Amino acid sequence: MLTLEKRPSPSRLWTLLTPPLAVVLTMVAGGILFAFLGKNPIEAIRTIFWDPVFGEFAFYYRGQLLVKAAPLILIAIGLSLGFRAGIWNIGAEGQYIVGAICGAGIGLAFYPTENPAIFPVMILAGALGGWAWAMIPATLKVMFGTNEILVSLMLVYVAESMLASVSSSLLRNPDGQGFPGSRNFRDYPAAHNDYLIESAGIHWGVVAAFIAVIFAYVLLARHMLGFQIRVTGQSPRAARFAGVNPSRLILFCLGTSGALAGMAGMFEVAGPAGQITIDFNSGYGFTAIIVAFLGRLHPVGILLAGLLMALTYIGGEAAQATLGLPAAAIQLLQGMLLFFLLAVDVLTNFRIRFGKTEAA
Amino acid sequence: MKTDGTLLKVEGVTKAYPGVVANDKVSFSVAPGEVHALLGENGAGKSTLVKMIYGLVRPDSGHMVWNGSAYEPATPQAARSTGVAMVFQHFSLFEALNVAENVALGMEDPPPMRQLADRIREVSETYGLPLDPTRLVGELSAGERQRVEIIRCLLQDPKLLIMDEPTSVLTPQEVDILFETLRQLSAEGTAILYISHKLEEIRSLCDSATILRLGKVVGTTNPRESSARELAEMMVGQTLHTPSRESADLGEVVVELTKLSVKSSNPFGTSLKEVSLAVQAGEVLGIGGVAGNGQDELLAALSGEALAPHGAVKLKGQDISHLGPNARRALGLLAAPEERLGHAAAPDMSLTENAALTGTIRRSLANRGFVNWRATEDFANEIIKAFDVRTPGPHNAARSLSGGNLQKFVIGREVLQNPDLLVVNQPTWGVDASAAASIRQALLDIAARGAAVICISQDLDELMEISDRFAALNEGRLSPPRPAKGLTVDEIGLMMGGAHDMEVAHADA
Amino acid sequence: MDLSSINPLILLASIMVASTPILLAAIGEMVVEKSGVLNLGVEGMMITGAVCGFVIAVETGSPVIGFVAAAFGGAVLSLLFGFLTQYLLSNQVATGLALTLFGLGLSALIGQGYVGIKAPVTNDVNIPLLADIPVIGRIVFQHDLMVYFSIALIAAVWAFLKFTRAGLILRAVGESHDAAHALGYQVVLIRMLAIMFGGACAGLGGAYVSLIRVPQWTEGMTSGAGWIALAIVVFASWRPWRVLLGAYLFGGVTVLQLNLQAAGTTIPVEYLSMSPYLITILVLVIMSASRSRAALGAPAALGRVFHASS
Repeated sequence: MLTLEKRPSPSRLWTLLTPPLAVVLTMVAGGILFAFLGKNPIEAIRTIFWDPVFGEFAFYYRGQLLVKAAPLILIAIGLSLGFRAGIWNIGAEGQYIVGAICGAGIGLAFYPTENPAIFPVMILAGALGGWAWAMIPATLKVMFGTNEILVSLMLVYVAESMLASVSSSLLRNPDGQGFPGSRNFRDYPAAHNDYLIESAGIHWGVVAAFIAVIFAYVLLARHMLGFQIRVTGQSPRAARFAGVNPSRLILFCLGTSGALAGMAGMFEVAGPAGQITIDFNSGYGFTAIIVAFLGRLHPVGILLAGLLMALTYIGGEAAQATLGLPAAAIQLLQGMLLFFLLAVDVLTNFRIRFGKTEAA
Repeated sequence: MKTDGTLLKVEGVTKAYPGVVANDKVSFSVAPGEVHALLGENGAGKSTLVKMIYGLVRPDSGHMVWNGSAYEPATPQAARSTGVAMVFQHFSLFEALNVAENVALGMEDPPPMRQLADRIREVSETYGLPLDPTRLVGELSAGERQRVEIIRCLLQDPKLLIMDEPTSVLTPQEVDILFETLRQLSAEGTAILYISHKLEEIRSLCDSATILRLGKVVGTTNPRESSARELAEMMVGQTLHTPSRESADLGEVVVELTKLSVKSSNPFGTSLKEVSLAVQAGEVLGIGGVAGNGQDELLAALSGEALAPHGAVKLKGQDISHLGPNARRALGLLAAPEERLGHAAAPDMSLTENAALTGTIRRSLANRGFVNWRATEDFANEIIKAFDVRTPGPHNAARSLSGGNLQKFVIGREVLQNPDLLVVNQPTWGVDASAAASIRQALLDIAARGAAVICISQDLDELMEISDRFAALNEGRLSPPRPAKGLTVDEIGLMMGGAHDMEVAHADA
Repeated sequence: MDLSSINPLILLASIMVASTPILLAAIGEMVVEKSGVLNLGVEGMMITGAVCGFVIAVETGSPVIGFVAAAFGGAVLSLLFGFLTQYLLSNQVATGLALTLFGLGLSALIGQGYVGIKAPVTNDVNIPLLADIPVIGRIVFQHDLMVYFSIALIAAVWAFLKFTRAGLILRAVGESHDAAHALGYQVVLIRMLAIMFGGACAGLGGAYVSLIRVPQWTEGMTSGAGWIALAIVVFASWRPWRVLLGAYLFGGVTVLQLNLQAAGTTIPVEYLSMSPYLITILVLVIMSASRSRAALGAPAALGRVFHASS
């Protein structure tokens, strides 16, 4: 039998070691899974985790890495603030969609302007849309104590219905021969989130993600508000005693994560995705939850985790193309990663002892 | 094997946890009908010892003998079927379940609910502990809850009844009733293992006492023939010094509560009802009362965690009812709640971070919202040094400190911020004697410097030692404060609300 | 719009069918929560149950074996959650989310060869005599066995919690794991059993979607039913019969909006299809606004990590 023994202080070493350990375990388990699917496990793992960065076509994939990582990082940074305070925004996907609709909507409303102010206005509208969507669960929680997990999640389904609605009516491309989907922002230069450095895949969303990482780092490490967020997550009573206003914290955390998710949605729709379509969202809002945990809710960790998760997306697509690996297998791999991380997390706070049994 | 008149014999039992030997070759024995005390400070190993007898913990070495045969309970169920029953100090009642359900959960083979309810009524009347089996435990007072525990045990006709600190939740009158019940049981041949650190109780109740210190037996005596001082010094292992009180001249009124009523945030908590008091500069007001009578709520209403109606709380004449904790701190009102881990301090955070928890305002540790961590660490070091907190350094997590050391840190953090009013709840609960003495001294020192102190505590000896005036909380109401000097135990008991209906029940039992 | 195309009899009868998946998942989750564990992975266990049930039913041709396999699949998946939260003491919220993400991926992988196939038909049981009662007989007594099973399950859970000793112990564990531990109950074991029961129920609920309600397999076909089940547990204040009420109310809204869609109302389809989710939010708000009642119903140890330190 094994017994757990609580460490007097959380282990610093394991805090750093658990994420890489979880990645290794995921590779092993993923390899076994791929072998079951009749693929060469070594080759599959290499295709997913190695080739996109170091392989033959890396010059193409490397650019894609930041494109995929940016929204994940942007959303995960916002989520991590709430998660640290024990405020669970699970509906980032919905805020992402609403942000995209608002951002794109403003842009399209002024079509075809050439005024360069349109793009900043779109960013603002995207952030505002996501913020407003997140304020619904936040306000309900503050006013009635409604569970924010369930409300924010329900709003994802509502947002998806809204997306379906606007892409076939309000925002539909008038010149699109009746096909659903908005105008393409590639044909709308003032509002297009174009690459700043194409080879590196850097667009304004990537810049925003880096700024968010720095902002969150300073907030958590040095600012009173960040300190309050951390105390609230660890012991809400101590936080109240320290003068934290829980309602304001809920509004701040949910609002910020909503704004960041909305911004991410707007950058995506005006850039890589190019247009509002019924299914332009690709689950970044959910994957970002994994990214937040994998990065141990730490801004720098999230940066690295976002890149890793982007890698599994890109590598996964490559593996789909070259090895015929099903898309679901990649989704499963991402789920496994989160599981392994949660499992090995026990090592940070507990010592594991073997052999000695205890009447429990 | 011969039974030689003993019921339970513990021989050379040792139990070690990582970093600490909880019990080191402990031996003692209990005879049928004997009331045997286990005496020791917090951390002396009393709880671990009885947990082994009750089957919750297994000894590393040594053995136990029950009625002449080996006794090795693997589970509490096994212990109960042997005839061992235990009344816990904490943690063994379920608030949202009713009395009968709670009793059933502690029995091996309970009869159907309706029958059980009848038996509960029957037994509770026999022993003078009236109880309604259909009431939710969450609605009961602390004393009534203890009756649930006791009746749960009695229904199983135990041969050995273990009582863990049973009087810490009772008024003096309720203690008398409990002792009468225990004497009745002992007369019927039930052995009682009585755990306490309260010497007078043990001297009045117990036939013999085993004294533990740091996991070892340091003596076995007849408590009736030893003085309380002898017992105390055996228990602590050193001569104690009592705090020296320098009576200062009382100054202006620092804090004034006027008919303060606050609803409890906990569904099973006690709301405050029209609490009025005033404390002057240089004065220590002691507030006694049985646990769960509004102590947490009173602290919250003073610290600012709970807001009050306009005009109910005044600090130096200013209405602060609607101000939060930080605004009150800025004005000079500081507090130290009862629960150290998770309320007064965040367990997983370092001592430096815990210093920032309440200290940023008065010690100016933050500038435009940005925390100056270096200055905060200096503050943490200052607390550690001034209050002799035993820790490798301010980087260590709060949870790594022992109860006494963390409490010194918490009290020190507030005291070093130079409060005008300091409110503390259970400042020495679970703290070793020397740390307790230094904490009490610190409270007296700041009063001597001209601060007002409100000390909420369930330890009457402590309150009598440091208070200028004394008041008691009973079901959320505060008795009018009276000068502490000259108060008798009976008077204190009446202030604490007497024994409710229990007295009546015993009168005809 | 042509409201006359909505047949009230069929509407009422289909409410029972539409409600059953959520009912099954919700009653399972209620038991889990009663034991003090919050498993947010209901959606993941449902979808896994849906795919397991579908695949096995197609392969064996027997819906019954399919349902058994679904319950088994859901329970196995829940064990993963149980192991992580009960033995490795991981955060229940995070682990539940992980379970949902994992379940969605796993089910998509298992089901990829089965898209577009029809499930073997589950026959309705016509309860003799009762089914012949005019109107009521048609609405209530002409369904497949699972509908009745789900109602029986509610009754069984109610009786279990109210009258049996095991039920009392389960409630006690959910109320205070420390007290239960001190009395010698095996908190972790009891919670593992509850978690498995919850997993099996969610699996059955999922299979009901893929085998009877739809009946075919598509990715993500439970579309949030698991989350709604979680909301219904809150709505029901952790009481079995109110779970039934909640599930039927929700089923009613779903069926009504589907019927309105079919009848071609002027309300756009998208607004109709978001209505069940909006109504769930509304219900949550109403329930949490009257907080004292909900607070008394919620198990006190819900979501808290238990580690026996002695």
